[in-house]
Amino acid sequence: MFERKGTRARFALNTRTRVTVLIAVAAIYLLGVFVWGLFMSPDAYAVHYADKFTPPGGKYLFGADFMGRNMFFRCVKGLSVSLVIGVIASLVSSVIGLVFGVASATAGGRFDKFILLCVDCCMGLPHLVLLILISYMLGRGARGVLLGVALTHWPELTRLVRAEVLQLRTTHYVQAAYRMGKSRFRVAWDHMLPHVLPVYIVGLVLLFPHAVMHEASITFLGFGLPAETPAIGVILAESMRHIATGKWWLALFPGLMLIIAVILFDVIGENLKRLLNPDSGNE
Amino acid sequence: MRLEAKQLSFRYAKGEPPILEDVDLRVGAGERVALVGPSGCGKSTLARILSGYLEPSAGKVLWNGNILPKKGFCPVQLIGQHPELSVNPRHRMSKILCEAYTPDADMIAAMGIESAWLSRRPGELSGGELQRFCIARALAPQTKFLVCDEISTMLDVITQAQIWELLLRATERRGLGLLVITHNRALAGRVCERVVSLPEINCAL
Repeated sequence: MFERKGTRARFALNTRTRVTVLIAVAAIYLLGVFVWGLFMSPDAYAVHYADKFTPPGGKYLFGADFMGRNMFFRCVKGLSVSLVIGVIASLVSSVIGLVFGVASATAGGRFDKFILLCVDCCMGLPHLVLLILISYMLGRGARGVLLGVALTHWPELTRLVRAEVLQLRTTHYVQAAYRMGKSRFRVAWDHMLPHVLPVYIVGLVLLFPHAVMHEASITFLGFGLPAETPAIGVILAESMRHIATGKWWLALFPGLMLIIAVILFDVIGENLKRLLNPDSGNE
Repeated sequence: MRLEAKQLSFRYAKGEPPILEDVDLRVGAGERVALVGPSGCGKSTLARILSGYLEPSAGKVLWNGNILPKKGFCPVQLIGQHPELSVNPRHRMSKILCEAYTPDADMIAAMGIESAWLSRRPGELSGGELQRFCIARALAPQTKFLVCDEISTMLDVITQAQIWELLLRATERRGLGLLVITHNRALAGRVCERVVSLPEINCAL
């Protein structure tokens, strides 16, 4: 009894610590997969025809595919490739969102209307259709996928940032700061940035899962990365050919890894939101 | 050193009837004037125009005969009715207090601000405590005139008395002009030398 009470007291940390630990664990896992995949030698998932379709077990943790490649290493490598594309695409997307959002709110008038029109256009079209269109236009491949994902994910963040800045501009404390002789830059730095930054960072982190999922889905549909790249979408597309013959591990493990990565990004984003909000950050 | 409103008119949107029309007002240096009137007669709007928050639709606001400066520190500072809206909820009180200048320890003590409050955020202080910060923040060395828009309405009577006590002491010492907007006739009579009724000078009503 005493023993349990002790452990519980030790783990009864405040929200701030618990949330920080959660974020750290998720970030370390994702970073680990990313770095591991990045520096993995292609020998790790080389072809061994003798071992083809080995079920999951000792030597092959996630089994082997129709060419006898080690699915565990192929998944890690694939996830790493997906993460790179997701990270770059969402970074580009979020910067577009931030710039358009702030510019649209501060410039106002016709420019604001034009940006809103672009946002509506982008959001009105189904994401996947637009993605396939852009990726196909740019000749598929990594470049097509990257630009496609980057150019279709900015509208949500633009709207969020714009709304935030618009609301801030009319607050009494921002106007009071102007009347106390603060320059536009000082006001933006002291008053606007601390409000917009959490929205931006959380928006950026929550963009990752979208970007990774969309990258995987257009690759799965055959409009994305070439078939020889070990990407999650390619692996899943290949596995579909063997699922009918009972090779379940080819689809299950890569799918699980993708979902876990996406959920972890979501965990980081949601917890950052709590941490950066002064109301819930100090609970 | 005087604050003047000349033929001020204001409407919130084109095509709407004006809320202020041809308002003339003159407050001298060190003079304390109360502005009274029923709700919705334009008292707060006038306060915001006089302190440069709003642009008048017609007419002008003169400070010492010159147009009120749009940039830089405005010699006419406004203290509002809702202190919790006048401070950035993300900043600590010490940062809020030093928005325009750095008050010395005497000033902080005179305002009845306890040093423990300085490390808190606005959400952790009461309305009266926040209002003391807003007053201290507005009393920068460059401030020559204060517009007080219902600054004590939401406070209990003891806090009201304390706030006015310290505000009057500070303005008297520096010879600041004061425009007090209030519904409370007794307060107006007690604090101010002259009482102006807005409906009488506002041609829109």
